[in-house]
Amino acid sequence: MMTLNQQRKFKTFVTGAFAWLIALLLFFPIFWMFITSFKTELQAISVPPSLFFEPTLDNFGIVQERSDYLKHALNSVVTSFGSTLIALLIGVPAAYAMAFNPTKKTKDILLWMLSTKMLPAVGVLVPIYILSRDYGLLDSRTGLVIIFTLMNLPIIIWMLFSYFKDLPKEILEAARMDGASPWDEIVKVVLPLSIGGISSTALLSIILCWNEAFWSLNLTASEAAPLTAMIASYSSPEGLFWAKLSAASTLACAPIVIFGWFCQKQLVQGLTFGAVK
Amino acid sequence: MKRSITRLLMAPSVILLLIWMIVPLSMTIYFSTIRFNLLYPGQNNFVGWMNFEFFITDPGFMPAVLNTLILLISVLIITVVLGVALSALIDKPFFGQGIVRVLLISPFFIMPTVNALIWKNMMMNPVYGVFAWISQSLGLEPIDWLSDFPLMSVIIMVSWQWLPFAILVFVTALQSQDTEQKEAAQMDGANGWHIFRYLTIPHLARPIAVVVMIETIFLLAIFAEIFVSTGGGPGYDSTNLAYLIYNQALLQYDVGVASAGGLFAVILANIVAFFLIRAVGKNLTV
Repeated sequence: MMTLNQQRKFKTFVTGAFAWLIALLLFFPIFWMFITSFKTELQAISVPPSLFFEPTLDNFGIVQERSDYLKHALNSVVTSFGSTLIALLIGVPAAYAMAFNPTKKTKDILLWMLSTKMLPAVGVLVPIYILSRDYGLLDSRTGLVIIFTLMNLPIIIWMLFSYFKDLPKEILEAARMDGASPWDEIVKVVLPLSIGGISSTALLSIILCWNEAFWSLNLTASEAAPLTAMIASYSSPEGLFWAKLSAASTLACAPIVIFGWFCQKQLVQGLTFGAVK
Repeated sequence: MKRSITRLLMAPSVILLLIWMIVPLSMTIYFSTIRFNLLYPGQNNFVGWMNFEFFITDPGFMPAVLNTLILLISVLIITVVLGVALSALIDKPFFGQGIVRVLLISPFFIMPTVNALIWKNMMMNPVYGVFAWISQSLGLEPIDWLSDFPLMSVIIMVSWQWLPFAILVFVTALQSQDTEQKEAAQMDGANGWHIFRYLTIPHLARPIAVVVMIETIFLLAIFAEIFVSTGGGPGYDSTNLAYLIYNQALLQYDVGVASAGGLFAVILANIVAFFLIRAVGKNLTV
C-alpha cells in the first residue's frame, strides 16, 4: 500500500508525464519542420523518416537567394509593428474615454466596433482591391499598414477597455483632485498603471498581423509581400522540395515564435479580455 | 471629464471604423446589383437580383455554407473542450511546467500558410508523410488525408492553430481561481472531478464566452489554410464561403456575383453573431 503522500506524488508524476506527452505531440509538427530544414531533399522524403543525419545549412542560403527572405522579413516587421503602433495611438484614447466616462451608449458602441470585425474580409475584398488600386496602394507597405490597423482596432480597443475598466478609480480621482489635466491623467497615471495590459494587447496585435494571410495574399505581389505571402509561393510548384520549403517556413516563423516565447508570460497575464474578475 | 473631451478622444476610432465599414460595404452592395465581369469591361448595366440568383444556384453554394458551419462548430468544440481539459491539466505545478506551456502555445505563433504547408506535406502526405509512415509501421493502409477527408484535414489544421489560443486564455483565467475555495472543497471530501465540475467550469464560463466570440470572428473567415492545402477540393468538399467568393472574384473575374456572395457572407456572419451575442453575450463584460 502507498501512503497518502506517495499517492499524491504518483498522481503529480502521472499528470506531469501526460502533459509532457500531449505537449510534445502538439509541438511535433513544428519540431519536424525545423529538423527537415537541415536535411537534404533526399533525406527529407525518406521513408522511414531519418532522425539522425548530417545537418546542412544549404537550404537557408537557397531560400534567401531565391526569394529574398530579408526583404519579406523586413516587410513583415514594418507592417506588423507599424500598424500595431498606429492602432494603439488611435485606440488608447478611445478605450480610455469609454472606460472612465461610460454612458448608456458605451456598450452599444463597443459591440458595434466588434461587429465591424464580424464583417468577413471576403465580403469587401473587391472594393478594397479597387480602392487600393485607384490610390496606388496595391503591393505597398502603406496599404497593408492601413488595413492591418483598421482590422485589429476593434480587438485592441476591446482589450484595452477591459484593462482600463479594472483600474482602481480612486487613484484617478486623487490625481484629479490634485489638479491633473486629462492629458496628465493619461500619461502620468493611466499609462504606467496599465503598461502590462497595453503590452499584451500590442503583443497579440503583432502576432495577428505577422500571421495575417488574407489581405497580404490578395493585395501584395512582390515588393510589399510579407512572409505569409512569400511562403505561399512555395506551396505548389515546389511541392516536393520539402527541405527548402521547411527552411523557408522556419525562417518565416522563427522571429515571431521566439518573440512569442520571450513574451509568453506577459501574454498569459494579459489575455483576460475582462473575462476574469 | 467633460463629454466633449470624451467625444474627441473617441472620434478617431469611431470615424475610421465607420469609414472602414460603410465605404467598402456600400461599394459591395452597388457591385452586387450590376453586371461586373473583369473580362467584359464597360458592360456594367443594372441587373437587379441576378447576381444573387447566380450565387445561390451555384453548385458550390450549399456545400460552402455547410462547410463553413461545420468548420466553425467543430473547431469551436475541439478547442474549447481540449483547451479546458489541457489548461486544467497543466494548472498544478509539475516537472517542466513552464516548458510544457511554451510547447503547447507555440502553434498559435505559426502562420496559417506555414501551418497548412507543414500538415499537407510533412504530416498528411500519403507517401512520404509522418502519418503514412505510422500507418505503415502498424501494418495499415496509409490514408490520403487531403483527398479522402479534405474537410477533416482542414479542421485538424485550424484546431491545431487555435487550441493554443484557448489554452492561453484558460490558463490566464485559472490563475485567478480561488485556491482557498478549492482547498475547502477538498476538506469537505470533494474529489478532483467534483472540483473541476463545480468550481473550475463555472469559473471558466466567461473566458469560454470570450474564446468562442473571438474564434468565431476568425473561423468564419478561414482562407489561407484552404488556399494552400486543398484549394477547396476535391470538388467542393473543402470549399467554405470565403474560398467560394474568392474563387468567383479572382479566378472567374465575376465581381458582380462575388459581391453578391460577399453580402451573403456578411449576412451569415450577422446571423451567427446575433445568436452568439445572445448565447454568450451575458457572459461578456462590456
